[in-house]
Amino acid sequence: MAKKNIVRVTDVTKDFDLGKIVVNVLKGIDLEIETGKYVSIMGPSGSGKSTLFNMIGGLDKPTAGKVFIDEVDIAQLDAYELAWLRCRKIGYIFQTFNLIPVMTALENVTLPMTFAGVPSEAAVQRGMDLLSKVGLEGRHAHKPSELSGGQQQRVAVARALANTPAIILADEPTGNLDLKTGEEIISLLKEMSEDQAVTVISATHDYKMLNVSDQVIWIRDGRVDKIQERDELEIHTGGMSS
Amino acid sequence: MRRLVVLPLNKSIEIAYKSIRARFFRSLVTTLTLVLAVSFLSFTQINIDIADSLLACDNPDMQQTLRQCGYDIVPGDTSIGTSPKQRWIVILSLLVCVVGIINAQLMSVTERFREIGTMKCLGALDSFIVRIFVMEAAMQGLAGAFTGAVLGGAVALLSALIRFGVDSMAILPWQTITSSLGFSTCIGIALSLAGVLYPAFMAARMQPVEAMRVEQ
Repeated sequence: MAKKNIVRVTDVTKDFDLGKIVVNVLKGIDLEIETGKYVSIMGPSGSGKSTLFNMIGGLDKPTAGKVFIDEVDIAQLDAYELAWLRCRKIGYIFQTFNLIPVMTALENVTLPMTFAGVPSEAAVQRGMDLLSKVGLEGRHAHKPSELSGGQQQRVAVARALANTPAIILADEPTGNLDLKTGEEIISLLKEMSEDQAVTVISATHDYKMLNVSDQVIWIRDGRVDKIQERDELEIHTGGMSS
Repeated sequence: MRRLVVLPLNKSIEIAYKSIRARFFRSLVTTLTLVLAVSFLSFTQINIDIADSLLACDNPDMQQTLRQCGYDIVPGDTSIGTSPKQRWIVILSLLVCVVGIINAQLMSVTERFREIGTMKCLGALDSFIVRIFVMEAAMQGLAGAFTGAVLGGAVALLSALIRFGVDSMAILPWQTITSSLGFSTCIGIALSLAGVLYPAFMAARMQPVEAMRVEQ
């Protein structure tokens, strides 16, 4: 079977105009991400990792170059189509969880489904299923403030999966969690990616992520430093832990 | 394509209602500004309605009492009307109220930047965000303006009772008073909506990438 790319980035550059100086954050990035893979984007702070990540998520537009999601050039999309893309194709997970504080866990999970036009009852049913899948059965009526960090991130994972997206974008999903909870979230993401055949793209500098990644893209100074597949990776992480 | 992302009306009302409930104290303060301004408007209007009806009843004693209460009545007058000074004060108080509402709503938008950004990441259109804020303002407006109008009306009636005696209560122009209450309520709702427009558009224009920023 031919490999299918869900994300294709061609020669993307991004400049930020800070008035007196222009900062070239991305200096020409070419990438292809295969459907169903678990991909980590790694790089030091300031390497352009987050900027690249925002481009892939359709949250920011490149200065030059093109970003294709499912072979659609996102620069060509209007506001409605972009909203549709964010709603149906992409699930976001944030470092700071970003649950809507005034809504319960279940309402947070059903919100993207409401936007997608799913009838209320079906949305509640699926929301409950997703919450039990992420291990939060019986916590659906809790507000985010009544949940721990790890539990909040589980709700966020369930919310990201609500509309069965093709891609889950996770920005430092373990950044605000302790070691053990972080590991739980990582294995949950891996499990969901295998279960639902969804592509997980995660920007991180958490080395725990490497163990589950099919591919790691190292970004350095606005360029792709190297791309490692899983088999090359084990040797590398082994080397680091020694 | 345009209909692919939706926010049903009842859902937006629900979200707006929850937001008000979650920030109840803040909403209460914003609403209180409206209550005060609208009650002043309603008080002035209903005061004039009552004075007009007393003037129209052709009772020399009543006209004398009106004069004693400070109304300038020239023989042959059929209605009293507001003085320019009174109008000016009412307009000024309403203006101050709008500025207060804009200020409170801007704060509310700033506080909810991350929430708005997240909603946009989940597929909300700019119009959803505007709608949620407008719904909130409409609810606050309705509650505040109605309370204000009734409060102002009650004070006006009470002061009429004290100044013109129990007799005046018999000839109250209920129809005009009700329409003055309605008018004040409508003005109050309009003020609340006018105050939220700029903050709501500011919120809607926000880029979803803001939600990704880590710093608060």
